[in-house]
Amino acid sequence: MRALRRLVARFRNFATARRGDERLREEMDQHLAMQTEENIRSGMTPVEARRQARLKCGGAESIREDYHAEEGLPLLENLIHDTRFTLRILRRSPGFTIVVILTLALAIGACTAIFSAVNPILFEPLPYPHANRILTIWSTFGGVRSRLAFGNWRELVERNHSFEALAVYEPWQPVLLGGAQPVRLNGQKVSASYLRVLGIEPWLGRDFLPAEDRFNGPAVAILSYRLWQQKFGGERGIIGAAVTLDGDRYTLIGVMPVGFENVLSSQADIWAPLDYNVQAAATNFESGEWGNHLYMVGRARPGVSREAALRDLDTIAANRIAQFPRPPHAALQHGLIVDSLKADITRGVRPALLAVMGAVLLVLLMAGVNVTNLQLARGAQRQSEFAMRVALGAGRMRLVRQLVTESLLLAGLGGAVGVAIAAAGVRMLVAMSPSGLPRIQAIHLSGEAFFFALILTTLVGVVTGLVPALSASREELRASAQPNSARSTRSDSWTRRTLVVTEMALALVLLAGAGLLLRSMERLLAVDPGFNPSGLLTIQIKTSGHEFDDTSTAPSGGSDARRRFFQQVFDAVRRVPGVTAAGLTTNLPLTDDAIIYGIYGARFESGPSNVGTDVFRYVVSPGYCEAMQIPLRRGRFLSKLDGDDAPSVVLISESLAKSQFPGQDPIGKRVHVGPMNRPWYTVVGVVGDVKQNSLVTDEPDAVYLTAGQSWFADDTMSVVVRERGDALALAPAVENAIWSVDKNQALVRVATADQLMAADQATRRFVLMLFEAFALVALALAATGIYGVLAGSVAERTREIGVRSALGASRRDILGLVLGKGMRLAAIGAALGLGAAAVSSSALVSLLFGVSRLDPLTYLSVTALLLVVAAAACAIPAARAVAVDPMQALRSE
Amino acid sequence: MKQKKDVQQGTLALMVLKTLDVLGPLHGYAVARRIEQISGDLLSVNQGTLYPVLLRLEQEGAIASDWAASENNRRARFYRLTRTGRKLLGAEKREWEQTASIVARFFEVKAEDLA
Repeated sequence: MRALRRLVARFRNFATARRGDERLREEMDQHLAMQTEENIRSGMTPVEARRQARLKCGGAESIREDYHAEEGLPLLENLIHDTRFTLRILRRSPGFTIVVILTLALAIGACTAIFSAVNPILFEPLPYPHANRILTIWSTFGGVRSRLAFGNWRELVERNHSFEALAVYEPWQPVLLGGAQPVRLNGQKVSASYLRVLGIEPWLGRDFLPAEDRFNGPAVAILSYRLWQQKFGGERGIIGAAVTLDGDRYTLIGVMPVGFENVLSSQADIWAPLDYNVQAAATNFESGEWGNHLYMVGRARPGVSREAALRDLDTIAANRIAQFPRPPHAALQHGLIVDSLKADITRGVRPALLAVMGAVLLVLLMAGVNVTNLQLARGAQRQSEFAMRVALGAGRMRLVRQLVTESLLLAGLGGAVGVAIAAAGVRMLVAMSPSGLPRIQAIHLSGEAFFFALILTTLVGVVTGLVPALSASREELRASAQPNSARSTRSDSWTRRTLVVTEMALALVLLAGAGLLLRSMERLLAVDPGFNPSGLLTIQIKTSGHEFDDTSTAPSGGSDARRRFFQQVFDAVRRVPGVTAAGLTTNLPLTDDAIIYGIYGARFESGPSNVGTDVFRYVVSPGYCEAMQIPLRRGRFLSKLDGDDAPSVVLISESLAKSQFPGQDPIGKRVHVGPMNRPWYTVVGVVGDVKQNSLVTDEPDAVYLTAGQSWFADDTMSVVVRERGDALALAPAVENAIWSVDKNQALVRVATADQLMAADQATRRFVLMLFEAFALVALALAATGIYGVLAGSVAERTREIGVRSALGASRRDILGLVLGKGMRLAAIGAALGLGAAAVSSSALVSLLFGVSRLDPLTYLSVTALLLVVAAAACAIPAARAVAVDPMQALRSE
Repeated sequence: MKQKKDVQQGTLALMVLKTLDVLGPLHGYAVARRIEQISGDLLSVNQGTLYPVLLRLEQEGAIASDWAASENNRRARFYRLTRTGRKLLGAEKREWEQTASIVARFFEVKAEDLA
């Protein structure tokens, strides 16, 4: 009850800002006067009486504090008081304030931005119910993940005990007709269980039915919300309506929810059931049902771990049963790989993201160290202020609280600016993110990121506040009551030197990372792709429509139509003004075309009869190699005379020639590519190796043949066009030329070869750019850090320097004294940093190319860079020390 | 001059209440001096500890205060005991006596008493 009454009184005092100050002062004055009178009465002189009275009454300041502590809400009041005081102090040193706020803002901003980007990709659960139960399943060959056949899926669905639902899918790019121009859509052909595996139902309409999951079943399709809005005007009535895709009528049965995120194919806008034939799977091993081109994903039953699911599937793979025969090329003899969906989709980018996150944390650490250092330097300058306040009765805790308030306020301001920087940074990260980054739509300045920034700010604030506060109050402050006392702040400067060494070491770690990545990029840019990419435009075309289908009545009608169509496209494109050379190819170098469609077995007549070698099969038009400027090493290029009625011929790549015919002339040798029951191909030429799918991989074995002599007619080909000047400028003319042949064919990919090369290195470039930025920031922080310490020490030692030069030290001696001190710190830091960099560079290994993670040249050059920058930063205080006028320095004290 | 003890924490409030109870309204300085006198000058009460205690007691409603003229015509703030204060004093007194008697028993205890 009493406590409550007091609390109410305190609150009232606080709220009405009523202060007993006046009353207290008056009472104290009276008290003092009465004490003095009494002292006089007892025989003291008036002066002595007053002095004794004062001594007895104690410090006015501390009485006021005690009184206030009883009066209002001291915590809150002190906070407000401290904050007001801090603002006043900070306004008085705007340089310090701005540097600290900017340093913190940059670090917190960068950290928050990176965390915002990394969090949804690496840490947040995927946006599906019980997402941790979704597993991807791969066949494996020598540790490499490979896709599965329809026949495998059927067997696993029937025999497994671990999965609630097991789905397969493949990419699908149907052409939507009906608009002004045909539109190529991105989509997926899926088994009916696909959405059940993800655990998401259509928002409008319904999911696929198991009955729709069959050969020649009803043609039904589900749309993404995005496509529904863009192409169907968000009309609810479209459920049940029909659309024409690739010449077929599909009934629309559903629309996915607006926020549905399809991490397995983020661009997919339309889904339809797969169209595989169970009968064919059982009887014909050569059918498409046994082609390894399906991706598999499953939802494990509750309580079934990834390991248990893997054991289950591996047991099935190892024990064949008569009901499910398997052909040799889909026998699952090496078992399966089961991975969590999340680990699967982040597999490629995980090391890059972790490296970037490590780098940004280093930057944050450096910023914290730097701010601490600045605070310490300022703390040294403020010794006399602190001493004064202690003398006036401020308690030690009160002082510590004031300093912590100061740094919290700085960190808070830095955090606020930092969040603004982070918002811009996130937008920038999304804009420049490499195409391989999953869940790009989920990246935004999230609440978690904001929380993260807030925690960081608070932590940095408290730490940077406490270090100087503790080191200030550790000393007997009363001793330094007189300003500029000669008392040296030994422990202070020791702390600060340690911090500078730390900063140097951290900066070197970042610089070494950036250096290694930069060298890798240089090496990559120096890689010869095997063709000349400049001035080269590429357009991928996939035929669409029933006129390109082989049917039972015209078994080769569709194939003929495809060959004819691509021949006409070739002729039309060559006639476009400005085109100097043109060609067609099934696989475009530096794309994944070749991996997806282009690998076949090749067996040379001279080699063992039962072993083939995997090669990339390029079906090309005459003139392709010339247009690409792939060099001819031997023999001749393909010509238009190598048609379907001429003898079958191939070109082979240089490396294939070397490995198969070491020291011999391969011209005239014969080879089977693909099926064995075809005539031999005769090698007529050897061409240079080409980087098939990436600059970083060496898979150079390839054969080139003409469309007329291939055992099947491809439905997808790329036009390559060489021109003078800007390759993209001619794109509209070339597109029109293609559409002049058939306006219903959509163009899948239009890109210059330079763009393809850039895309190939996108992830590296992304990481490199971030590392370069962070390393620059780190360098700047290290430079200001060492500058700050030296400048502080020169200021403190002005008198000593004056004495030295008065006693005959030359300018060179003084310069050496200051520079030597700075460079010693820099060198220790660099040495420690070299060790740390050597260890931490192992995190970068997967991002490096053509350079060892311990590359001595890189380490040497970044160390040199750091030392040069440190020397430059030391030069300013050194120059100031040299300029010290001994007379003035001695007189100033 | 012999070393004077500072007032033990917590007991000062009780002394203030008792002093006001016995002597009627007093100003702060008088309260301090009376306590020192009563203690036989063994205690020293400085204003740094006194005024916060007075304020707290006032906030609790145990005492009230008003400005008035002092004995030699100075303006001084006089504190007086309220009814709540009298009750509080009674309660505190009982509590203190109890504590004191318990402590006293411990000092008087001998080994044979516990045999």
